[in-house]
Amino acid sequence: MAHAYTPGLKVMPCTLFRKKRLLPIPGQVLVELGKEVEATDMVAQTELPGKVFPVNVANRMSVSPDEIKDLLLKKEGDTVKKGEIIAENKPFIKWFKTSIESPIDGTVDSVSNVTGQIMLREPPKVLPLLSYVKGKVVEVTPNFGVTVESEGTFIQGIFGIGGETNGEIMMAAKSPDEELTPESITEAARGKIIIGGKHAGLTVIKRCVEMGVKAIVVGGIHDRDLRQLLGYDIGVAVTGTEQVGLTLIVTEGFGMIPMAEYTFKLLASRNGEKASVSGATQIRAGVMRPEIIVPGFPKNVTECKKDQGRGWIEPGDPIRIIREPHFGVIGTVKSLPPELTIIGSESHARVLEVTLDGGEVIVIPRANIEVLEK
Amino acid sequence: MSKKDLEVIIATDCGSTTTKAILIEKKGDTYRQTFRGEAPTTVEAPFEDVTKGVLNSITEVEELSGRKILDGEKIITPNNGNVGADIYVSTSSAGGGLQMMVAGAVKAMTGESAQRCALGAGAIVMDVLASNDGRADHEKIERIRQLRPDMMLLSGGTDGGTVTHVVELAQFLKAADPKPRLGASYKLPVIYAGNNMAQDKIKEILGDRTALIITENLRPTLERENLMPARHKIHDIFLEHVMQQAPGYPRLMKMVGAPIMPTPAAVGTMTEKFAKANNFNVLAVDIGGATTDVFSVFSEVFNRTVSANLGMSYSISNVMAEAGLANILRWLPFDMDEQDLRNRLKNKMIRPTTIPQTVEDLQIEHAVAREALRLAFDQHKALAVGLKGVQQERSISDAFDQTSSGASLINVMKLDYVIGSGGILAHSPRRTQSMMMMIDAYQPEGVTRMAVDSIFMMPHLGVLAQISEKAALDVFYHDCLVRLGTCLAPKGLAKDGQLIMEWEVTGSDGSKQAGQLRFGDMLHVPFACPKAKLVARPVNGFDMGAGSGNKVEADIEGGVVGLVLDGRGRPFNLSKEPAKRRDNLNKWYKAMEMYPV
Repeated sequence: MAHAYTPGLKVMPCTLFRKKRLLPIPGQVLVELGKEVEATDMVAQTELPGKVFPVNVANRMSVSPDEIKDLLLKKEGDTVKKGEIIAENKPFIKWFKTSIESPIDGTVDSVSNVTGQIMLREPPKVLPLLSYVKGKVVEVTPNFGVTVESEGTFIQGIFGIGGETNGEIMMAAKSPDEELTPESITEAARGKIIIGGKHAGLTVIKRCVEMGVKAIVVGGIHDRDLRQLLGYDIGVAVTGTEQVGLTLIVTEGFGMIPMAEYTFKLLASRNGEKASVSGATQIRAGVMRPEIIVPGFPKNVTECKKDQGRGWIEPGDPIRIIREPHFGVIGTVKSLPPELTIIGSESHARVLEVTLDGGEVIVIPRANIEVLEK
Repeated sequence: MSKKDLEVIIATDCGSTTTKAILIEKKGDTYRQTFRGEAPTTVEAPFEDVTKGVLNSITEVEELSGRKILDGEKIITPNNGNVGADIYVSTSSAGGGLQMMVAGAVKAMTGESAQRCALGAGAIVMDVLASNDGRADHEKIERIRQLRPDMMLLSGGTDGGTVTHVVELAQFLKAADPKPRLGASYKLPVIYAGNNMAQDKIKEILGDRTALIITENLRPTLERENLMPARHKIHDIFLEHVMQQAPGYPRLMKMVGAPIMPTPAAVGTMTEKFAKANNFNVLAVDIGGATTDVFSVFSEVFNRTVSANLGMSYSISNVMAEAGLANILRWLPFDMDEQDLRNRLKNKMIRPTTIPQTVEDLQIEHAVAREALRLAFDQHKALAVGLKGVQQERSISDAFDQTSSGASLINVMKLDYVIGSGGILAHSPRRTQSMMMMIDAYQPEGVTRMAVDSIFMMPHLGVLAQISEKAALDVFYHDCLVRLGTCLAPKGLAKDGQLIMEWEVTGSDGSKQAGQLRFGDMLHVPFACPKAKLVARPVNGFDMGAGSGNKVEADIEGGVVGLVLDGRGRPFNLSKEPAKRRDNLNKWYKAMEMYPV
């Protein structure tokens, strides 16, 4: 039977997954192998070296660099307080006395008699690393972190902004093609992960920020709204560090696009349960998509799916078209002709025939579809 | 084996997503590319071994050619009948290529020289630090800490000059204690190519903390740049340190018969060889999904820049952010809502492998490509400059013609040849589309030949040129370049419809074409003869390279497009009036038969 390879986003009611939680630089692992952890538990921590502040003593005291050692009141390794005098001259007339105060609390990192500068370093900052998902520690990477394993619902979005957060799932739309309205965001939404339908506009996103919503998951947003929210245009899809007051996950794309029914129903089946979400997206080598993780089985599921999807398409598979002129349209694969076909733009491309809901059959490049879960 | 014995060559280019293999065979006296294969690159998980993709791509070549090249995971050498190859060579840009940070004392002098040095070696320059770069000292240190380059190039000061600035930079580097991108437990390689009087001090400061390599100053005097010693060191460290950390590369390095080159360095080598062999000023561009590389050779000086976030898929939204929506919309021959365009480009960014299905969608991508090419070219012009800070002697007669040092070397009137590569240029449904995109983006003046590298073979040929220049150039002329033709663009401005040039072309096969060009018109003359003579007579006020109104005789090339006579004038500006702009675009696109009606 004809089939074609296709990448797709994962939408799985229940699967076994592992999350690597590693520090950027070596530190201390705080949990042992086999320990059950909650999403908000700290699993590792490290100290980031403090910021360095150069102070040009030679310039400020009008001496040559090799003379600064006679004027310094501190040596390498000494601690300093903000405002404390670290260098001063000794003139004959007191009036001409000049001194330099430390701009920070910290230590003297180095002294140079070539440049006449001293380097002051702030105290190190503690960087905690949370578990992010509820699960069991199945691997410890000494000095760096752990791998947490868990079973549960795993849904990938197509694009997101904002980092990792946790909260209870709250359905704010009744159907996947409903637009999220500011009126639907009440006090009950505080601290929650709000699930919308086809679109969330700037007004409703701002309302969510005001109401202390942790995250919004929605079918589509307009790029213009995203620009206004961030204050700049996102150039390349490398996100996750934005600070807009919440995490925003788009499941379908830019524009008004109903959330895939399967995704919507799955999220609805976990309404009221605790979830971990991350907006971090990176679309380059080593693709990373935003995600929604709900630990535990959905109500109607008793066994976890080990299969990660078969990775190709066959006639009968439901698909969504992801490029104009039929962007967002849903249909079923009718056939997969093997030969290259000339499409409207005159390019030669591998195509498939798609049957739409009304029975109409259209031809679409294979690159322009995504497989939907049944 | 001596170079004369090379008869069968297998070459691969390991890109971020695809590994491409080509087979080159000697047919009579000439080398020709005969078969090619490709396979997904296997640097990332779950494979994490680049050689798997290499072997898969070579297996495809084996299947297509019937030649047995592999014995298990080894390349059979030398060639014997229908078995084996004489040499295997490879380039690589997988895993993000070679990422560097450079530093110089003065931004416009040693800072720029260090940048040119790293770019020419095939690196992506993540940042340029300089004593006068406008950032506070603690910000510089923070920046060094944030970035995790593969290596760092530190320069500063002319030989025997002041040591203070470069020592200060070394101290910042020490305070930041940067870590390399790959292999967290290794020391960061730092190349010092600055003032020779500061070498001992630099050793004292950085010797323990980093893997320090000291080489000749890349700017020994203000008047002279000496980039090659530092560039060689970059290549050495690329092979010794960076490649050793990348998945599977130690094995790949044992398979090759010549050192692996970073892909852009190989393309640069090929561009230089081509320019030198023909005495041309050449501009070559590779526009990919994420980045755009620009190479130029003007008056025998080679330059390369990489615009890391200008591309047609992953970076398409950044082209919109940098160029502005209005600049993209200006190339569309129809009206389009801004919100619609914004959403379309963002959807391409998040689903980068989709392709345009309609002509309208194709035209939108072509509009973005023009802007990406233009912006990358602007960045190139800004870096491909003469040395700054050079003392100039002027006589009294120069008093009215004072130019500052550091003027751009790029002069589009003197540009002889443009080579385009990358999906949007190499695989456009009609070749006229590729040629017009390059003409609109670069606005060449006078006589300019144009070609595309249809399957991006320049990396393979660049690395091969190290072993056999003849083999590389043979394949380059016969199989790599798809000649588009020649653009004739008189420089000057006039009123629409006014006669601006008479022209006559005689092909080496005796075929003749002649005509007139009027201001505001585009003419497309199909002309396939590979060699031809042009006689162009611009009217007063228009220049084809010999001055206003002067006749020009030149050698030109025909090709799959032919001759494009661009009467839109230079500098070329689109009408500010939307209706007129759209009418003009439709008129030009129709004249060029760019899109189906």
